[in-house]
Amino acid sequence: MIEFTLWDIIRNLLLAARWTILLSAVAFAGGTIVGLLILFMRISKRRWVQRFAEYYIGLFQGTPLLMQLFLLFFGLPLLGFRIEPWTAAVLGLTLCASAFLAEIWRGGVQAVPLGQWDAGSSLGLHYLSQLRLIILPQAFAMTRAPTVGFLVQLIKSTALTSIIGFEELVRTSNAINNATFEPFKVYGFVALIYFALCFPLTRYAKMLELRALKH
Amino acid sequence: MGYVLDFGWLDDAITLIASGAAMTIFLIAVSAVAGIVLSVLGAAGRRSRCALLRRAIAGYVELIRNTPFLVQLFFIFFGLPSLGIRLDPVVAAILAMTLNMTAYTTEIVGAGLDAVPKGQREAALALGLQPRLVFIKIVLPQALKVIFPALTSQIVIMMLESAVVSQIAVRELTYEADLLQARTFRAFETYFIITLVYLAMSIGLRRLLVAGGNRFLAGGVS
Repeated sequence: MIEFTLWDIIRNLLLAARWTILLSAVAFAGGTIVGLLILFMRISKRRWVQRFAEYYIGLFQGTPLLMQLFLLFFGLPLLGFRIEPWTAAVLGLTLCASAFLAEIWRGGVQAVPLGQWDAGSSLGLHYLSQLRLIILPQAFAMTRAPTVGFLVQLIKSTALTSIIGFEELVRTSNAINNATFEPFKVYGFVALIYFALCFPLTRYAKMLELRALKH
Repeated sequence: MGYVLDFGWLDDAITLIASGAAMTIFLIAVSAVAGIVLSVLGAAGRRSRCALLRRAIAGYVELIRNTPFLVQLFFIFFGLPSLGIRLDPVVAAILAMTLNMTAYTTEIVGAGLDAVPKGQREAALALGLQPRLVFIKIVLPQALKVIFPALTSQIVIMMLESAVVSQIAVRELTYEADLLQARTFRAFETYFIITLVYLAMSIGLRRLLVAGGNRFLAGGVS
């Protein structure tokens, strides 16, 4: 039998944490891109497009992420896609993140005074240029704190992908725990690693919030 | 060959789904009530004169808010027995959910307490009310009214997150779904139906809380 020293446990957990970080980063990037699309639909002037985005956001915010992951993991193969835990994890977290980010940014867009839109059109800018040059920069500046806050939530959510079999921090810790029978130590370390990842971001979000209040 | 969706198993599964949903509702009901009561104490403690207490509550809130619920659950269910604390899955689930809920709602309740104008407290004290009564009868009801929407969202989020407790074999909605799909081999259809059940429950829970809030908070709680 292989003996696990404390260092072995920590080293393996830290190696697994790379996957947690990578998955968070990819899902956040993907969520930003898809989230922008959903945001454009959500603030569109066409009623049905707006309605679609509303339902999209409501669907992802109103169901457990675990169910979304299961549906992708078991549903996509039915459509003929070969799917691995990594693909399902990235796709599920991306879609979920897009819904949350779109909703956060929509709040920002709505907080921009309507006069800004009018000023844009009086300068002869068309809709997309107004958005890109005037509205979105202000909306993003206002929602920086909740966006960072959501990133923390996303990092924590990656823990759920262990259940569909993606080898990240929690799944590795389950395996180590089964080999060492030291759940207190193993899950304690896992919690510390997540804390080390999330706490600086939480602090940063808090700082952004305070700074926004001052201005 | 195309895959044909089959919902024929649903007739026999209704009772299982209903009992799973009942367990989910039970879990969220207990942990929401316990969480809110504890977070009122937590928020009050966070504003107390004892620095050690303030520090301890702040540390607890940060620790819970910066680690995944799944890890907290595993730590409580698998980790605590090595300290001699052996918990039934349902008890472990309720404990984990309550601890998680309390950390978030402590912040929310705290924000509500800060939002009540200072003059309210001073006026009540000037009328000769005891400090404890001032808190319960004057400050808290006004704070609750302000934070009610945020509390509602937090309870719904916690209900959705409770899907995770299936991992320690609590027989709630997701656990029943796992059992069903193992029996019927209809994983997609099973999770599809269960997702719809969750969606209906989250919409229903939100409606219920908002209606309840309007009913009981509009005229003041006392």
